[in-house]
Amino acid sequence: MATVAHLDFEKAITEVEQQIERLQDLARERGLDVTAELRSLERKLHSLKRDVYENLAPIERVMVARHPNRPYTLDYLKLIFSDFIELHGDRLYRDDGSIVGGWARLEGESVMLIGHQKGRDMKENLSRNFGMAHPEGYRKALRLMRMAEKFGRPIITMIDTMGAYPGIGAEERGQAEAIARNLRGMATLRTPMIAVVIGEGGSGGALAIGVTDRLLMLENSVYSVISPEGCAAILWKSGAERDKAATALKLTATDLQQLGVADMVIPEPAGGAHSDWERTASALRDALIRYLDDLRALPVDELVRQRLQKYLQIGEWRGTP
Amino acid sequence: MDLWFPKKPKTKLKAADKRELPGDVWEKCPSCGDILYREKLRENWNVCPTCGYHLRLPAADYVRLLLDEGTEEEYDVEMRSVDPLGFVDLKPYPERLEAAQRNAGSGDALIAASGALDTIQIQTAIMNFAFIGGSMGSVVGEKIARAGLRSLERSEPLVIVSASGGARMMEGIFSLMQMAKTSAVLAQLDQASIPYISVLTDPTTGGVTASYAMLGDINLAEPGALIGFAGPRVIEQTIKQELPEGFQTSEFLLEHGMLDAIVDRRELKSRISALLRHILGMPGSNGRTQAAPPPDSPE
Repeated sequence: MATVAHLDFEKAITEVEQQIERLQDLARERGLDVTAELRSLERKLHSLKRDVYENLAPIERVMVARHPNRPYTLDYLKLIFSDFIELHGDRLYRDDGSIVGGWARLEGESVMLIGHQKGRDMKENLSRNFGMAHPEGYRKALRLMRMAEKFGRPIITMIDTMGAYPGIGAEERGQAEAIARNLRGMATLRTPMIAVVIGEGGSGGALAIGVTDRLLMLENSVYSVISPEGCAAILWKSGAERDKAATALKLTATDLQQLGVADMVIPEPAGGAHSDWERTASALRDALIRYLDDLRALPVDELVRQRLQKYLQIGEWRGTP
Repeated sequence: MDLWFPKKPKTKLKAADKRELPGDVWEKCPSCGDILYREKLRENWNVCPTCGYHLRLPAADYVRLLLDEGTEEEYDVEMRSVDPLGFVDLKPYPERLEAAQRNAGSGDALIAASGALDTIQIQTAIMNFAFIGGSMGSVVGEKIARAGLRSLERSEPLVIVSASGGARMMEGIFSLMQMAKTSAVLAQLDQASIPYISVLTDPTTGGVTASYAMLGDINLAEPGALIGFAGPRVIEQTIKQELPEGFQTSEFLLEHGMLDAIVDRRELKSRISALLRHILGMPGSNGRTQAAPPPDSPE
């Protein structure tokens, strides 16, 4: 991991981490035995992390989901998959770096992996557009999904975007049409599909690669119809009320599981995915293997029928059965 | 997704034109400034007889515009939104719903009906922008899905008239998922070769554009409508520059290949009829396609 970034509510955690570092330095310099003190501090650190992370306010989860050190699609790719061959382009206009995709192996089995990709630094973000796709990104994604269907391979998507890019070119080239076509296309693809929200699930730009048989969410990921900032600006007339909006929108992984939209919440280590990539990746790998095995066991007609039923059932109303 | 945009007139009125008028009898065209007798305007389907500017038309009037008189049957009339998240912003969501139900002339932001369009039996769903900015929540999504499933079951074409600021954020993730739900039903129609005609009116943005509104076998739009994914304000704030003249209008979308045609509201029924007759392999209608009223439409 590159530079360490800290969120406000992580201050107490950071302080203990620094204490541990100082103690280790001291021990090295003077040849002291600090094992007992170290163990006690590490216990303190662990329970502090657990306390902080179990009690995060929704807006704090949003901050964790956007954490600059959080693993992105290509990081999970390296930690979970092998034999990745990236495939580029929508065959219509250009290659959009804010969505990556290609063949990969999960436990030896070929899958089509597609995900939003944020940049790690300013330079990379110029080519990744901060993970906000243009229409060509969504069109590339659908092209790769159709290829997976054609050759009978499952599809795994990783969702991590603030949203589809709102810009002039995006509108000119049919941002809405591209998203809509993906939603319709994914509904009937005759192959198992799993989506995982690994960070931010930003509205239509997230859903455009998220109409799948199963929806998994990492514990500190969020998924929402609008960003808390956007919602606050419209309904509270002030972006400063984003913490209230984040709470009202019910956008955390646990919320979505309770609302019946997410199928599973994948636990993250205490301290969040950014504090331990390997353990997060390992939990994600286990979940993917388990859900893919379940879906592979279904006849494909049944799979597609159940997918339609799943989406038909979402929503609440009264007055008519 | 942005909610409710005021309809912008094409040209600014001169000070002399800004006289106060008794609103119940006369209405000023926001585009050419002509003073119109409200009754006449309504008979002309809210299209300015002088300049052709399309003022917004209430959803119930689209039912009259599209369906042959006496053939219409409305569905899910009693279906109402609930408050699945317990959503409170400056006002609780249930209060917003009650106010909209009092003022918007429909139970939610969509009317679903069946009937004959120039003798062709169709299913239709018409959005009501006056109801919380035509926003799509569970009720809109469910009514669209049911209309689509009726189309599928009865092999009748589907016509959806959109007018929406996007998803209804007070229903959170449920509102987002209505995009998937409606699109999944349209996928069934697509596979069964049942025609779906999408009509985009002012304004159609956000999650509605990015789901059923853009998925027509044929996408039609009224002239001068605002149509887009992101709202113009959001785009301006993102790119920090002014948007070009005519950006996100029907004409802009036609030029960029997103629409099949722009159709004057007064010809909408006859155009849809003619299209369906081509698609369904029916003979052309013999002059019976003219939309009911308008007695004095300026041709």
